[in-house]
Amino acid sequence: MSSDELAPAPHDDHEILVETQEVAPTHEIHATHDLATGPAAPGVSKKDPILVADHVSRSFGGIKAVDVEHLEIPRNAITALIGPNGAGKTTLFNLLSGFDQPDSGEWSFNGRSLAGIPAWKAARRGQVRTFQLTKVLQRLTVLESMKLGATGQTGERILASVLPFLWRAQEKAIETRALDLLRKFKLYDKRADYSASLSGGQRKLLEMARALMTEPEFVLLDEPMAGVNPALVQSLLDHVIDLKSEGMTVLFVEHDMHMVRHIADWVVVMAEGRIVAEGPPREVMMDPAVVDAYLGSHLDEDIGVITGRYDEEGNRIS
Amino acid sequence: MDWGQILNNTASFMLSAETIGFMLAALGLSIHFGYAGLLNFGMAGFMAIGAYGYAISILSFGLPWWAAMGVSMLGAIVFAVVLGIPTLRLRADYLAIVTIAAAEIVRLLFQTQLFDRWTNSADGLGGYHASFRAANPLPTGTYGLGPWTYTETGWWARVFGLLLVALAVVLVWLLMRSPWGRVLKGIREDEDAVRSLGKNVFLYKMQALIIGGVLGALGGVVIALPSAVIPQYYLPSLTFFVWTALLLGGAATIFGPVLGSMLYWMLMAFLSGVLPAMAAEGWLPISTTQAGNLRFVVVGVALMLLVAFRPQGILGNKKEMTFVK
Repeated sequence: MSSDELAPAPHDDHEILVETQEVAPTHEIHATHDLATGPAAPGVSKKDPILVADHVSRSFGGIKAVDVEHLEIPRNAITALIGPNGAGKTTLFNLLSGFDQPDSGEWSFNGRSLAGIPAWKAARRGQVRTFQLTKVLQRLTVLESMKLGATGQTGERILASVLPFLWRAQEKAIETRALDLLRKFKLYDKRADYSASLSGGQRKLLEMARALMTEPEFVLLDEPMAGVNPALVQSLLDHVIDLKSEGMTVLFVEHDMHMVRHIADWVVVMAEGRIVAEGPPREVMMDPAVVDAYLGSHLDEDIGVITGRYDEEGNRIS
Repeated sequence: MDWGQILNNTASFMLSAETIGFMLAALGLSIHFGYAGLLNFGMAGFMAIGAYGYAISILSFGLPWWAAMGVSMLGAIVFAVVLGIPTLRLRADYLAIVTIAAAEIVRLLFQTQLFDRWTNSADGLGGYHASFRAANPLPTGTYGLGPWTYTETGWWARVFGLLLVALAVVLVWLLMRSPWGRVLKGIREDEDAVRSLGKNVFLYKMQALIIGGVLGALGGVVIALPSAVIPQYYLPSLTFFVWTALLLGGAATIFGPVLGSMLYWMLMAFLSGVLPAMAAEGWLPISTTQAGNLRFVVVGVALMLLVAFRPQGILGNKKEMTFVK
């Protein structure tokens, strides 16, 4: 994929145009496309999977929200999970992160079974998630929220908590790390403010930074770009790419196909609870099944002007 | 109207055993609601368990006063665990429903004829004071200042109660400035977010429920120390009086529960003096008994105004404690 392919159609909003062009050429970001052991197909096994799921299913009433035969997530790569609304992406996320329990199924993280493990234990093993609707801790300050993310804190144990000399040194180290991350995420000046005072995009940044405080191996991002203004998209994209260069594995749900193409090494497509395709972004996006089910055949075309509009006097203007 | 008498009575309630007991219970509730976000509407149950645990241990089992207090605290721990296991996984509003029902169950169990041998059913318990009074280190006599003049037994119950309050204040302060308190506040804000960061939310909520419940039980003990234990005292309205005291002072503050309890009881004492006096003077078109009960109406309206216009209480930080999300 060349960088001029990334440029939006000329009628696009100027801001967005500038933003999108700033994205570095993707071929430098992407890992070599040989993450899989075989040709790209749903359920193909990976050379070095961090997460392996088998026969995971979850029904709500009569509807099978998730019915995944086999899925492997490649280690130290960015995997995008895409699909139409109601495809079961978030449900799968909830299952993998322990926030929901499946009707059946088995999956393992780093070779250890995670099925039936509560969310907080899964997080302790090194997989952290963010939420589609950002969950900021409104009446905690930004710095407090960050420090909350650190794991293995002595001071979080009830008996040790009333003896500050037991945890003061650790607290200092955590604070230093939190401030470093806040600097990186451009939230340093906000550190003493309540999280409730942050904008939507800053909340997304804070949630991601807070997740990183847990020192995860595997980061699950549920629509990290939803509701984020174009100016922040670039910075968020950079952060996601950074995660990979720091050795982490990323799985994210996203509807923004530009983002998926820019940063994903591998794309998994879900529809009606099943995995209908997976592979490197370029191949997957040309897969007719994916185009039909999700992208639509006009993905790269201008959808034209909006018609059927009337002015105040009732005359049709377009 | 005898203003001197009314003001004297009002001032004396600043240091009544009931006020001091409320301080402890409200501190417990501040851990539950102010810091952990647990809507516990069953504080009366914890207070009843404290008071009855204390009285029964002394009267039926002949324990010394300090061991009886240990039994009270143990009772509160057991009640918190029994209450917490099924409900702490539920949403906050369900916890509120279950706690109010559980507190009523506790009260009715103490009131029923079935355990008359130990609880003396509806008549309640009294005459358990000897052991506590024997431990009194204060000199005998009646002394004090103005409205705060008590006998040595009166002082002993108050001094001991205030000592417990001081310990509880230090405990809450230490807990809430620690990373443990940070997790609790995080749970108050969004427990799923805290869960996603690898914290065992259920355990923290249980710990908070237990600590707050134990403080509530100690509040019940302090109230019972100079008086008697009557089941009718532990009605749900008691819970809501403690809530009023807490919200008045500030739910997510250390000294708010202490200040709130004082102001609540002084306000109640003032109104129960002033309103009947006003009725007697013919300024209110109601009987003096009706005027006396009017104080609950006034306090109820005050609570509503408080929640609407100053949800953070007198000492709270507007930004940190608000009911508007």
